[in-house]
Amino acid sequence: QVSAALKEGRVTPTELCQRCLALVQSTKFLNAYITVAEETALKQAEESEKRYRRGQPLGVLDGIPIAVKDNFNTAGIETTCASNMLKGYISPYNATVVQKLLDQGAVLLGKTNLDEFAMGSGSTDGVFGPVRNPWSYSRQYKEKSVPKPHSEDEESDWVITGGSSGGSAAAVSSFTCFAALGSDTGGSTRNPAAHCGVVGLKPTYGLISRHGLIPLVNSMDVPGILTRCVDDAAVVLGSLAGHDPKDSTTVQDNFKPFELPNLTDVSKLSIGIPKEYRAPGLSSEILSLWSKAADLFKSAGAKVIEVSLPHTCYSIVCYHVLCTTEVASNMARFDGLEYGHRSDMNKSTESMYAATRREGFNDVVRGRILSGNYFLLKQNYENYFIKAQKVRRLIANDFVKVFGSGVDVLLTPTTLSDAVPYKEFIKEDNRTRSTQDDILTQAANMAGLPAINVPTALSERGLPVGLQFIGRSFQEKQLLTVAKWFEKQVKFPVIQLEEVKRHGHGVFQHQKSASFS
Amino acid sequence: QKVSVEVLDHLEHLALVDFRDAEGVERLQKAIQFADQLHEVNTNGVEPMDSVLEDRCLYLREDDVTEGNCTKELLKNARAKVEEYFVAPPGNIPLPKLEERETFLQGS
Repeated sequence: QVSAALKEGRVTPTELCQRCLALVQSTKFLNAYITVAEETALKQAEESEKRYRRGQPLGVLDGIPIAVKDNFNTAGIETTCASNMLKGYISPYNATVVQKLLDQGAVLLGKTNLDEFAMGSGSTDGVFGPVRNPWSYSRQYKEKSVPKPHSEDEESDWVITGGSSGGSAAAVSSFTCFAALGSDTGGSTRNPAAHCGVVGLKPTYGLISRHGLIPLVNSMDVPGILTRCVDDAAVVLGSLAGHDPKDSTTVQDNFKPFELPNLTDVSKLSIGIPKEYRAPGLSSEILSLWSKAADLFKSAGAKVIEVSLPHTCYSIVCYHVLCTTEVASNMARFDGLEYGHRSDMNKSTESMYAATRREGFNDVVRGRILSGNYFLLKQNYENYFIKAQKVRRLIANDFVKVFGSGVDVLLTPTTLSDAVPYKEFIKEDNRTRSTQDDILTQAANMAGLPAINVPTALSERGLPVGLQFIGRSFQEKQLLTVAKWFEKQVKFPVIQLEEVKRHGHGVFQHQKSASFS
Repeated sequence: QKVSVEVLDHLEHLALVDFRDAEGVERLQKAIQFADQLHEVNTNGVEPMDSVLEDRCLYLREDDVTEGNCTKELLKNARAKVEEYFVAPPGNIPLPKLEERETFLQGS
């Protein structure tokens, strides 16, 4: 919608940019952004405006404000991964996905907050502090909260965004930008999307370039897309997907951007409901929502069948081993020599590296590096690393079997419950939390399949709950078409952000366009 | 079984990252315990999977220089440099042994 508005001149890119920047300022308490690139954003907006005036916009994304997770390299802008190790690091280049968006004329507002090095499921473990879920400040959540005796306690009731792309999800959910980039290794895009009530797309591994995305697990990482509606996600996907000579793990197939058809007849669809996704700890609310969604498809004429992915329960353990081992390897590049933090210790290279890494990494990162190294020790290699790789094949094969039997798309919950209050979340440590929260999203990364979270309904506490669709490899069009149909059926409510009295004006009320396509 | 101090020390050397305190060691113990669940799965005859794209050929381009000449850019981010060199402290000096190192593990 906003793209059309830009074309028709109803609003100019600079106006749009300024409004979004103002919103970023007034929502500062959410802590969604680490770096706001005000100057460059306005410059980009001005360039875009010139193009619109000449009647030559670069495309649908020209002039659209976007945000990028802070583990993507952005030339000239600090890229920190929310870690002390990279504080002050100014990237010398743009990640391919960032470059592609900029080439389309998108306006980069800033870098969003995350868990340190994208390790976590709450966006609470970065050095810049936790991200707050915008829904904590919504009328819908406040109406359902039990009134507290002290008014100051209102501030401490806020809920987490989920992670690790929490900043990006919060940025999109609070209307500060129209799309944001996240990354997804174990669910890091879909998890916060579910908690923040936005669309979170994890593309097929190999579809979108990882060049410039600071790697966590090379065989599972993908850039993720967060938007307010499925159509927008398709547009962004269209501009990002395709082979990149700079990332040899991108497939060489020709990718054609597509527009999503408006599906009206689902009778030819076969929806699979994997029974193992009825995980322990799944809230009864979500269970019933999942059930209702299945019924929705059934009554619309689709074939809905129960399927089995027997190795689902091992995907978290498998991920735990594969992730820590790849992380141990990927984090080895941070030694303080060429970039990033460097310790003052100067006795020897090894002691300098050790001191730099002790000072630069937080407990979570160090813990994973040490565990990873343990599993890679000669005496453990076969039993843990190779074993996990074998289990990975079993998990991937489960999916192949199910999709091979005629199922088009799988329908599962995305999270076990709605967003928990920060105070609750920090009671357990990062690894325990990740173990619990990634359970429904992780297997798709294991098998490299595309998956998308679609906001479905509000929970009893007034917080968003989403459902996940998992599709066949490289069949994003089919996946998104089904997701769009579902999105239309559920009519997820718009967030009604309250005027937070301490923090500025009700800019939210004036935001008319929610989507850009 | 608990992980021996020798192995913990070895890990600190390999990773060049320290355990910092008892919590760090406990974390590793729990991680190993957790990973042990893998042994419940029967993987007889299953090949390890490196990548989901294993059925495809990795893209290899021609061995031609297409970019570079960005020495200044790259040196900007380094803290210690001299002309076009990164400056490192003397190498070939291994980390001191457990007894001589300032590490939490000394106490265990």
